[in-house]
Amino acid sequence: MHFLNLILRNTLRHKLRTALTLLGLVVAILAFGLLSTVVDAWYAGVEAASSARLITRNAISLIFPMPVTYAQKIRQVEGVRSVAAANWFGGIYKDPKNFFPQLAVDAPYFGMFPEFIVDEAQMRDWRRDRKGVIVGKKLAETYGFKVGDTVVLMGTIFPGNWEFVIRGIYQGKTPKTDVSQFFLHWEYLNETMKRTAPRRANQVGLYMVELSNPSRAAEASREIDAEFKNSLAETLTETEKAFQLGFVAMTEAIVVAIRAVSFLVIFIILAVMANTMAMTARERTAEFATLKALGFAPSFVVTLIFGESLLLAMVGGAIGIALTFPVADVFGSAMGSLFPNFQVSLRTVAMQAASAVAVGIIAALAPSRYAARVNIVDGLRSIG
Amino acid sequence: MQVPLTYSLRNLRTRKLTTALTAGGMALVVFVFAAVLMLDEGLRKTLIETGSPDNVVIIRKGSESEVQSGLEREKAAIVESQPQVAMGTGGVRMASKESIVLITLLRRDSIKPANVVIRGVSLMGPALRPQVKIIAGRMFRPGTSEVIAGRAISDRFEGAGLGETVRFGGREWTVVGVFDASKSGFDSELWGDVEQFMPAFRRPVYSSMVFKLANSDQFEAFKQAIEDDPRLKLEAKRETQYYADQSEVLSKFIRYLGLTLSVIFSVGAVIGAMITMYAAVASRTAEIGTLRALGFRRASVLAAFLLEALFLSLIGGVVGLALASFMQLVTVSTMNWQSWSELAFSFTLTPPIVIKSLLFALAMGLAGGFLPALRAARLGIVDALRAA
Repeated sequence: MHFLNLILRNTLRHKLRTALTLLGLVVAILAFGLLSTVVDAWYAGVEAASSARLITRNAISLIFPMPVTYAQKIRQVEGVRSVAAANWFGGIYKDPKNFFPQLAVDAPYFGMFPEFIVDEAQMRDWRRDRKGVIVGKKLAETYGFKVGDTVVLMGTIFPGNWEFVIRGIYQGKTPKTDVSQFFLHWEYLNETMKRTAPRRANQVGLYMVELSNPSRAAEASREIDAEFKNSLAETLTETEKAFQLGFVAMTEAIVVAIRAVSFLVIFIILAVMANTMAMTARERTAEFATLKALGFAPSFVVTLIFGESLLLAMVGGAIGIALTFPVADVFGSAMGSLFPNFQVSLRTVAMQAASAVAVGIIAALAPSRYAARVNIVDGLRSIG
Repeated sequence: MQVPLTYSLRNLRTRKLTTALTAGGMALVVFVFAAVLMLDEGLRKTLIETGSPDNVVIIRKGSESEVQSGLEREKAAIVESQPQVAMGTGGVRMASKESIVLITLLRRDSIKPANVVIRGVSLMGPALRPQVKIIAGRMFRPGTSEVIAGRAISDRFEGAGLGETVRFGGREWTVVGVFDASKSGFDSELWGDVEQFMPAFRRPVYSSMVFKLANSDQFEAFKQAIEDDPRLKLEAKRETQYYADQSEVLSKFIRYLGLTLSVIFSVGAVIGAMITMYAAVASRTAEIGTLRALGFRRASVLAAFLLEALFLSLIGGVVGLALASFMQLVTVSTMNWQSWSELAFSFTLTPPIVIKSLLFALAMGLAGGFLPALRAARLGIVDALRAA
């Protein structure tokens, strides 16, 4: 008990220095937590992907469509439960910076996503209205969309001003579900294209394929691609997870940079913390010598320094972790639909705690070695 | 009377470990700060140098990028016949009708696919971009399945090296040349004959058109004429503007993320400097008293301690910049969200970045050193002398 008391009193001896070091620790642990949450958000689409869904797209690249007739052939592949068509719409809502994903989908699409929860009456309304759209809860909150509102998007891929009526708002079954999407009718898009640009009608951007048995994913993908081999639009089928990972891989350089920087902040705080501990140890040289002269073993002095360093690191870490949650909430809502999923994961908290403890231990290494080696006579003579 | 400069410098030398740790923390912050500015500068340079101010890009109204745009042959003919389009030797219009598509290629170093821009150009296409120079092999011959690859693509993607073949659009294409576009965005593209690409991709329309203005001042008149013509529904942008718009989101993202991080990190470094300087003041109380007793004024003591903090941060700044300068060897390739295609750019160090980073370091030193220096200056002579 006396021992803990001694550590606590030592820590509070230089109140200003302790407060400054704590502040630095809090900022660093908080920054580290936010950065790894950003990285997590990057992978959110991958995490939310289901293994029972495949995505078939044109083998050349995503911007090339496939004929609408492919749906029929894909449905005949063994193990396929249902097939839905989807087109990336890419419209602009008022200003290009208001980005959110818009997909033109046909009716079976929602059947494949049990994680999207839509009120049944709203679903019926959506089916009946050609201009109807279903939007995610988060998207609706960001832009203040309500059921019955008219939303106009300016098409970039499909020219013109498009008018939609919000018929439903979907919620996510789990916190990981992306609730920032905007779903319009594929039929509406197609019929408009038939009138304005017949060449571009009856084209599907990608097919969402649901399997009755997820373990057949590899075979089913191969069979679907074999079906369209040597046709005008060869296909590439992969699991939803692989498809999402492909997207993340394209921006991998950014993810790597954020990761690197998040470890850099730990090094910065390590330098600050090590400095504090080094100063503490040097100032107390005479004290350590006195303790030793009284008969305390060098290990006692070492424990004292480690205890102080760890106490500081753990208190700073705890405050930093506690602050991560509210700050992440604010940050997440400020980013709006850019990061559909901004949640602090358990892994992030564990990493934060581990780094705080590591900083505490490493910062105490050199000072404790110095203190353990202090010669009693020289130490007593020292004036700090 | 001023306290000699060497006093501040030598004090840093006496406490080697503390100085190294504090300067080290600052160096890391300056490194992040400089690296972000360098990255943004590299991106800007890549995309701005891609365009030439005398060239005009025509895309479909509202389509935002060449990849999403479509331009019918008859509309292209109308645009080409405008008087503002420059006339080259032999009475040929200096315009290139182009077809831009994305294809998926595999990287050499991993099996990860990435989107690569394929640009079909007319005969005039290369002439409109004087920065594009063939560095190996030769130019593709029109009317054949030959393509040339940008340096960044040729190095990093399978099948894009000289003499290799890439398969897309149901055909095999031989890479007969590698070109260097002096670090512009074209380095990340594959070029071939537009009249070969269009049937291969089964596209009856061009994506966009690029032409050179006969006179740079005529842009506004041309833009007016094209955008007011109800038949066309087209948009005209100077090529420089077009590429700047293309990278706006990515550039903003890098800048905001980087600057936010720098600010947060600098809090840590400032605190480090403050701790060090407070300790320096505390352990030298008697010394400060002596200085004051010798007749040095409060302002001189303040200046001496501030200088010490500034020297400390300058060391950090120089070390951080030195570390950051090594980043120039690194090329970053990532997907540009707006064009959905792979873009390679490198960290670029410019004199303004050096100055900004050093100023940033000094500002951290000033912020961290001011309060401790003030405390030193305020010490009473008698109390300070007694402290020893």
